Amino acid sequence: MIEFQMPSLGADMDTGTLVEWYKKPGDLLKRGDVIALVETQKGAIEIEVFNDGRLGDIMVNPGQKVPVGAVLATITEPGDARAAALPPEQRAPSSLVETPPASVAVPRIPREPPLPSPPSTQLLEPTSPSASGVRAKVTPAARVRADAAGLDLAVISPGPDGVIGLREVEGARTVRSTPRKSGLDLGEMRKAIAAAMARSHREIPHYWVSQTIDTTALFDWLEAANSKRPVASRLLYAAPLIKAVGLALKETPELNGHYVDDVFKPSNSVHLGIATALRGGGLVAPALHDVDVLDLDVIMAALADLIPRVRAGRLRSSELTDATATFSNLGEGTSESLMPLIYPPQVAIIGCGAAALRPWVVDGAIVAHRLLTVTIAGDHRVSDARRASQFLSRLDRLLQTPEAL
Amino acid sequence: MTDTRRITYREAVREALREAMTRDERVFLMGEDVGAYGGAYACSLGLLQEFGEERIRNTPLCESGFVGAGIGAAMGGMRPIVEIMTINFALLALDQIVNTAATIRHMSGGQLSVPLVIRMATGAGRQLAAQHSHSLEGWFAHVPGIRVVAPATITDARGMLWTALEDPDPVVIMEHATLYNEEGDIAAEGDLAVDIDRAAVLRSGDDATIITYSANVKKALAAADQLSGEGIECEVIDLRTLRPLDDATIMTSITRTHRAVVVDEGWRTGSFAAEVSSCIQEQAFFELDAPVERVCSVEVPIPYARHLEEAAIPQPAGIAAAVRKVLRR
Amino acid sequence: MTDAELMNVVKDTLFSVAPDLEGEAIKPEETFRDQFEIDSMDFLNFVIGLHKRTGLEIPEADYSQLQTPADTVAYLRKHWSQASR
Repeated sequence: MIEFQMPSLGADMDTGTLVEWYKKPGDLLKRGDVIALVETQKGAIEIEVFNDGRLGDIMVNPGQKVPVGAVLATITEPGDARAAALPPEQRAPSSLVETPPASVAVPRIPREPPLPSPPSTQLLEPTSPSASGVRAKVTPAARVRADAAGLDLAVISPGPDGVIGLREVEGARTVRSTPRKSGLDLGEMRKAIAAAMARSHREIPHYWVSQTIDTTALFDWLEAANSKRPVASRLLYAAPLIKAVGLALKETPELNGHYVDDVFKPSNSVHLGIATALRGGGLVAPALHDVDVLDLDVIMAALADLIPRVRAGRLRSSELTDATATFSNLGEGTSESLMPLIYPPQVAIIGCGAAALRPWVVDGAIVAHRLLTVTIAGDHRVSDARRASQFLSRLDRLLQTPEAL
Repeated sequence: MTDTRRITYREAVREALREAMTRDERVFLMGEDVGAYGGAYACSLGLLQEFGEERIRNTPLCESGFVGAGIGAAMGGMRPIVEIMTINFALLALDQIVNTAATIRHMSGGQLSVPLVIRMATGAGRQLAAQHSHSLEGWFAHVPGIRVVAPATITDARGMLWTALEDPDPVVIMEHATLYNEEGDIAAEGDLAVDIDRAAVLRSGDDATIITYSANVKKALAAADQLSGEGIECEVIDLRTLRPLDDATIMTSITRTHRAVVVDEGWRTGSFAAEVSSCIQEQAFFELDAPVERVCSVEVPIPYARHLEEAAIPQPAGIAAAVRKVLRR
Repeated sequence: MTDAELMNVVKDTLFSVAPDLEGEAIKPEETFRDQFEIDSMDFLNFVIGLHKRTGLEIPEADYSQLQTPADTVAYLRKHWSQASR
């Protein structure tokens, strides 16, 4: 049996609020299934399971805020017959259940609730079943208070001793009375960005290398390709650019992976975080998985799916945690170049300015070509300017033959 | 506010006796060693000299006999105060109290009454061992036809006696033996009689209600002080009267705190605390956020060795633990 | 169709692409990019939305004629058969 814990969805996430369960106890789960919706500073994130199995008991109810590491549910694995049969009270008790201090991101809290008090003192007549089907113990005062507040007892999580008392009802009431915006709280997001960027600046020794790339071939090819395509299947120049970046990263492993606990773990896959700006000032960089092997159409479709979800604040947990490098494209009509900061624990970020007409030298003469300045930031603990320069050369070459992407 | 003076519980009892004897010539004191000896607990020290042998009367060592005599005297128009040395010996007079004092009004169809006051010392804490350490207040509170009061404070020790004497029916006053040396402030002048109908809220708090009587009142207050340091504010109720019980004061408190701890030096099984708990669940069930906790003596004959005796009876630490339990902390 | 009706078509298409803009005032002469921080992805979706609404296959070469709401209205009037009814 596996305990499915609240994942950390970012370097500085401490807590998340469970919004909704998408699966019920007893449902079959496959690795990658979206199991629940959790609200964080970065918006509402769809949490995926990592294991095959069957959803067992739900430990956290909608509306409850829990720290990273808190057990959200149990998942019984195939062949794990014992666990599903026992109600939570009859599992092995721990001697003491502690509540972690709110301000510290504690990775683990004790899991099993202690044994209930002896039968003579158990409360009578509970009528609201907990998610696992075991009757919840609700104190009379709690029942009255929940009634008065219009709260359904089924949505209130019991305390560590398995009892719903006044404290739990009041807790549920407070959560509900905080108006929850659907999706994003830009203020919270800004705080998360601030924390991540401050950490990046503090911990990562950055270096930057730039290259100005002639994108005439790219845009010529794109125009021709798009003229043959219906409106709905047209490609943005970001798609071949992303593909080319992915391919170039694959050949430069020191720029693709995670630096954790003083060790660099290169990644076999290239999951490129796509930095997406939000109207109103937020910024999220969810991952597009395996960009180096995707068709341009698939990349385009993935972008078309991802970006609206970013703006609506509906992302999946794997999108927030899996990026092995980040791509930040300022886009048309913007500045010439940028010097971006790396999102820890990644080790590189590729920033592109506007692709605009600028002076270029061809055969000794100055001509106006569409130029793109690409700047890559690298983590100097893992790579150096020479490797970055090799990456940029590779990227340049790839962009000169866009039809091969 | 008038000036106050500081006296002991014992002195308060003595003053109350003196006042009663002065105000009403029908009042007299009878009991073992109440005369020249001044009483087993020195409550009547000096009174023999003041009031004479007719009014301060030593009795033989025969509880059944002298309680019966007191009942007879009361029925005959006197206002006796019968001192039974301790509740342990009152067992020998239970037949008189339960079958005569408590029932005469009923059995005579209201023609006869027994305006008797019985005082007795109760409880453990002085290493007097198993036979001399009982807290059987609950047994008396069980019986219709008598009132049972337990003064826990100097004010009540001073003021309950007169009110009890005014009652045309029997009143049993339970004085915990460990309280006699306690000191406290009392008004210097004025009418010091107090009611014997109501419980008193001695400390206010919103988190839990501790309900108790007699020597456990000060233990409850000590526990409440300790808990205050943990951010838990307890309401402490001194019951003052065990029969009849002041339900209203208890339920008003629990309606606010939602949690109750009852402290009783009697043994848990069939204790007076069980009665209080039952009343609470009957009248305040929907206010409760946790089962009512009882803190009672351990179910053993009260030990003789001091450390064992201390461990056997309620203590502030145990009361505090019970409060934490009802708060689920 | 009147200019106002055509503007409504533009607005509806815009809001379907960017629901967070719903309720905002539209300045006809200012570019989409300047007013609403529309990027190339939004713009492409806007063009796709117009296509779905009007059936027009808008070539890339014509994107420069759709930079402002007023320009878009003019483009629709010119190319959309229904606009002239």
